[in-house]
Amino acid sequence: MTLNAEQGERLSEILSLRSDKIAKRWAEVAAAPLKGRLSAAESGRQTAELQQQLQSSLKNGALSLDGAAGAELRALLTELSRDRARQGFTASETATSVFALKTALYENSDAAKGKAEALRDYVAWSEFVDELGLFTFEAFARAREQIITQQSEQLMELSTPVVKLWEGVVAVPLVGTLDSARAQVVMERLLQALVDTGSPYAIIDITGVPSVDTQVAHHVLKTVMAARLMGAECIVSGIRPQIAQTIVTLGIDFGDIPTKASLADALRHVIKRLSADARAAKREQ
Amino acid sequence: MTTVVGAAQLQAIVSDEDVVRVRQLVRTAAVTAKLSLVDQTKVVTAASELARNTLVYGGGGQAEVSTVDNGARRGVRVVFSDDGPGIADVELALTDGYTSGGGLGLGLSGARRLVEEFELNTEVGTGTTIAITKWAR
Ligand SMILES: Nc1ncnc2c1ncn2[C@@H]1O[C@H](COP(=O)(O)OP(=O)(O)O)[C@@H](O)[C@H]1O
Ligand SMILES: [Mg+2]
Repeated sequence: MTLNAEQGERLSEILSLRSDKIAKRWAEVAAAPLKGRLSAAESGRQTAELQQQLQSSLKNGALSLDGAAGAELRALLTELSRDRARQGFTASETATSVFALKTALYENSDAAKGKAEALRDYVAWSEFVDELGLFTFEAFARAREQIITQQSEQLMELSTPVVKLWEGVVAVPLVGTLDSARAQVVMERLLQALVDTGSPYAIIDITGVPSVDTQVAHHVLKTVMAARLMGAECIVSGIRPQIAQTIVTLGIDFGDIPTKASLADALRHVIKRLSADARAAKREQ
Repeated sequence: MTTVVGAAQLQAIVSDEDVVRVRQLVRTAAVTAKLSLVDQTKVVTAASELARNTLVYGGGGQAEVSTVDNGARRGVRVVFSDDGPGIADVELALTDGYTSGGGLGLGLSGARRLVEEFELNTEVGTGTTIAITKWAR
């Protein structure tokens, strides 16, 4: 909502005339729903900072949040949202800190005395504060989304360890849902581990993948092909009987990729291959 | 006659997470219907395929999961529906290995093999509905 120039001026006026009283009341109302999870001092510091910024933005001719004049105010509200999102507050708890200004303005203006002109001003200011509050709400939602994305990326890294099982053998035990994003991480990490360790064998263990459908199979097949291009041989393990039956009925063909019921079976298979490789190398010498 | 036991569960399918939720609902219904572990896995996998098709090709939609009873046996029934582009050539879409999107092309045909009942209704420009049922043995 855009204020007109006089409404902006009168808002600026009351903010400086009643600066301390408004600050005190704003801080009180804002702190109430936070129930001590954020110290009153901290929340008071934030509302005071907002008040100062509002003051100076109004002085610079900001009559709404839009455009260059509202930039600093937007930045501050975004920062507030980000802090609160990180601290685990809800969107409404955060927006309430802004809406609290309305109570402070009402009580400290002649609107509280029922004067018509003052009430008209108050309605306009109130809509302006609504705009600030809604902006905060949206900024909060964006910040939350960012945090969630970051966390799931971190989780993804953590939940796809590539371990060196044996000299010449790396393994990726997959746990959980293998969606496209995770499949990508798995493939990159496995290929990197093959390079780092110089291993000729890799075991992809899907014991912990609850549902093996064509998408999972497709990702596993692509990973195996990529490893082959780097000269490494893959074994897929952890194919439980019910999954084996389902894969066959689906019509998925693992071709010449060795598959084993358990990780232990796969390791045994690889160790045999390693010693056969060693014997062959000796003969060649 | 086939009757629905308890309340059918509706699940919107608009994201990858929803595909996971459909799988979980179907798994729970399959356990309720006392399906064997193999049959549970089969119907969950079929549901996973059809839910992903609803998302990817149907542009999103929904799944309705219920436990059913035909007097002799219990089973799981899942109905997938979307308002997407529909399937112009159903026979082609049901051909093993056919994909228009770089997949394995085994989802639709494989899902049909994994269940006992498979009804596909589709109209170009209107959308696709697929109902599957898996019965306990
Ligand atoms: N709900 C749907 N709406 C429109 N087209 C679909 C739908 N489901 C499947 N199809 C078509 O059928 C094809 C085969 O599907 P599917 O066997 O699951 O293979 P894939 O998912 O690997 O492409 C898809 O590539 C798509 O063209
Ligand atoms: Mg598919």
